[in-house]
Amino acid sequence: MIHGRILKLAAMAAVGVAISLPAMAAGEVNVYSYRQPELIKPLFDAFTNQTGVKVNMVYAQAGLLERLKAEGANSPADMVLSSDMSRLLEVQEAGLAASVTSPALTANIPAQYRDPAGHWYGLTMRARVVYASKERVPAGKVVSYLDLARPEWKGRICTRPGDHPYNLGLIAGLIHRHGADKTRAWLLGVKANLAQKPQGNDRSQVKGINEGLCDVSLGNTYYMGRMLADPKEKAWADSVYLVFPDQKAGGTHVNVSGANVLKAAPNPANALKLLEFLSGAEAQKIYAEVNSEYPVKPGVPASAVVAGWGAFEADTASLAEIAGLQGEALRLVNETRFNDGP
Amino acid sequence: MTAAPRRIASAATLAVAALVALPILSVAWTALSAGLGPQWVHLWATVLPDYVINTLLLSVWVSLGVAVIGVSTAWLVTMCRFPGSALLRWALVLPLALPAYVVAFLYTDLLEYAGPVQAALRDAFEWRTRRDYWFPEIRSLGGAAFVMSMAFYPYVFLLARSAFLEQSHDAWEVSRTLGDSPLRAFRRLALPLAWPSVVVGIALAVMETVSDYGVVSFFSVPTLTNGLFNVWLVMGDRAAGAQIALLLLLFVMALVMVERRARARRAYFALSTRSRSAAPVTLRGWQAAAALAVCAVPVLLGFVWPVWRLAGLAVGYDGAAGPDFAAVVARSLGLAGAAAALTLVVGLGLAYAARLGLSRPARFAARIASFGYALPGAVLAIGVMIPFGAFDRVVGGTLRDQWGITTGLLLSGTVFALLSAYLVRFLTLSHGTLEAGLQRIRPSLDMAARTLGRGPAATLGRIHLPLLRGALVTAGLLVFVDVLKELPATLVLRPFDFETLATSVYTLASDERYGEAAAPALVLTLAGLIPAVLLSGLLGRRAGAAEPS
Repeated sequence: MIHGRILKLAAMAAVGVAISLPAMAAGEVNVYSYRQPELIKPLFDAFTNQTGVKVNMVYAQAGLLERLKAEGANSPADMVLSSDMSRLLEVQEAGLAASVTSPALTANIPAQYRDPAGHWYGLTMRARVVYASKERVPAGKVVSYLDLARPEWKGRICTRPGDHPYNLGLIAGLIHRHGADKTRAWLLGVKANLAQKPQGNDRSQVKGINEGLCDVSLGNTYYMGRMLADPKEKAWADSVYLVFPDQKAGGTHVNVSGANVLKAAPNPANALKLLEFLSGAEAQKIYAEVNSEYPVKPGVPASAVVAGWGAFEADTASLAEIAGLQGEALRLVNETRFNDGP
Repeated sequence: MTAAPRRIASAATLAVAALVALPILSVAWTALSAGLGPQWVHLWATVLPDYVINTLLLSVWVSLGVAVIGVSTAWLVTMCRFPGSALLRWALVLPLALPAYVVAFLYTDLLEYAGPVQAALRDAFEWRTRRDYWFPEIRSLGGAAFVMSMAFYPYVFLLARSAFLEQSHDAWEVSRTLGDSPLRAFRRLALPLAWPSVVVGIALAVMETVSDYGVVSFFSVPTLTNGLFNVWLVMGDRAAGAQIALLLLLFVMALVMVERRARARRAYFALSTRSRSAAPVTLRGWQAAAALAVCAVPVLLGFVWPVWRLAGLAVGYDGAAGPDFAAVVARSLGLAGAAAALTLVVGLGLAYAARLGLSRPARFAARIASFGYALPGAVLAIGVMIPFGAFDRVVGGTLRDQWGITTGLLLSGTVFALLSAYLVRFLTLSHGTLEAGLQRIRPSLDMAARTLGRGPAATLGRIHLPLLRGALVTAGLLVFVDVLKELPATLVLRPFDFETLATSVYTLASDERYGEAAAPALVLTLAGLIPAVLLSGLLGRRAGAAEPS
């Protein structure tokens, strides 16, 4: 009985290895994705329709870089998709990113949203803004991120945890602009003003505003678009308006989602083809319409909903420099015990 | 006992321990080779003490929760008859089918400020803001302890009930005849006899607790595992992450030691092979009502309400299930089945080797083999990834250089890597359960069989396996359900386009898209229900056979 089982298991393991050996035939491209499959699938489908190249994907919220490091030169992955600048840089700093350039990429993506040597490319932008209650926050009350540390906001602010990459990006941006000491003081001020312990994602803070838990929250812009498109969440989105902070003082913090092509890529030609497609007009339009993100390609308009929030001045500081300050940002979050809440 | 079987048993134990130790050593090597950098000093000065304290507090609360719920309900449904006791006997296992992170998101949806309970209270009392009243925060250490107690108490319930069922009727009768009240007989006789099993159950629950990522990250409770994820996988500091992982491992080693000592102090053997249990007492009046309440509450809070809510969410959400949904279900079941079979075989081998007698190093190795359960899934995944990746590089590189064969990955990113991770992680479940089962079989039976000329293998096949049938089924199903629910390792190690039920539920729920997550979560729960019901049925049949007619 036991021998039978062992044989069966051995057979199963062998079959498992056989079926999961990465297919390396022409006509495929393998993607490790930090971005959610639902957001990316429409783009991949359009790419496959147009080129016949099949896209295989592994999605994880964390750990893909460790997987790439362990796999080394044997890695089947051709490309990494990230939703955050610091992730794009991590891959480059680990020496895993290939230097890729092409006329199409240079034409599609403005210089500030790509690495000069082509180790990473930004594909979409998102701004980190203040969501404010229509009912309880008069227009003009918040104009700067710094306003949120003022005592008048006591018990009125909601946010996701301070050590989430989106908040770390914002805090790193503030360190870049104001220095570590001022940013530490800001974190302590915001912490004292929180309505509850930091929790949830950007969307659940807006739900909190709608319910009267708090009056303002921090969030990425595309959440607004997604909530408006969801019948159940529309009421939350309708209870708030967006404030793009620091319009006269350096600009609103923006981050990019983007991609690295990998050195070890077994299908480098298809990876380049996919990257060019993602930065092209058709894909940029899908990003804009379906995901409510800002396209990087000049000439592709934001969706009607996104455009309705108005034009804004984005922080022009180098994204790479800001991402380099994320470690310092995390240290400040820990030192101020931001996640303990008010 | 002859030397040969003992040598074989020791060698096999060492081999299994080496397999389990490999990922742990990879992590340890990463941690120690890096030294203690400035990051470490910063962590100690800021968040690390919190991680440690929160992990300890959560473990204590969950231990108390699962012990009280598990033992009291197991005792009541086994030894007493009251309205609903027959139904509750199997229903008490049901929460095992629900992943803890699903229970967590459902209770958050119910109890948070924007949820229906607080909204109704605000309406009723005309409170306007959060500052007008006090309400317990579900996303807190207490909330996590509540959710985990509800999710993990079936471990204690199952093991305690199994132990109560195996207790001899005679001893109980003697105790009662000598004038002990049922409560005193329980305290002085039944509980001590069942104690090794109860401790194993609590240990399993605490190991689940310390390695949990889903609930603590959702509730923002800074435990060691949560911090480890942030430092290692989010911030990319491999060395500091590995160092936190080592700390976690020390915590678990202490836990295993406590468990071993508790078991060793209470090495009782059933004196009778008669499997007749004590006659149940029929409760009436307020006693029956109290027993019903004690046993019904965990089922209602841990299963009935969550499933009812999930069904509501799933019906309310009109999105279509993906076309390959059936493939996802089949893949999840196949993976869990294969992992359960593998883990059972290895676990039985380990437990039996220990019975045959082990050399000193092998005894130590057997202890090592049970540490995998406490490795957080993602750490384990990386621990598997590092040696497998190295193997692929060496073998792949040799093949390429010598013969020009391009292999790509041989082990990493395959189902084999996943199964290895599951084996390392869940070996304790089968090993612990089977070891406890074997401990209840008198060594004199082995001696008798061996005196009659049977070898160790024949003794195992003819004597132990039939007596262990219950423990084998219990162990196999525990692993099956856990693999079905396992997340972080599956997320990180899976091959391309390899979606399981757990990965799709988690991806959606962590984005708070509860409506979309509800349908796959419901399927996951139903799939987990099958083994849970089988398990209850099996225990029930044994109870039926054991009852005096």
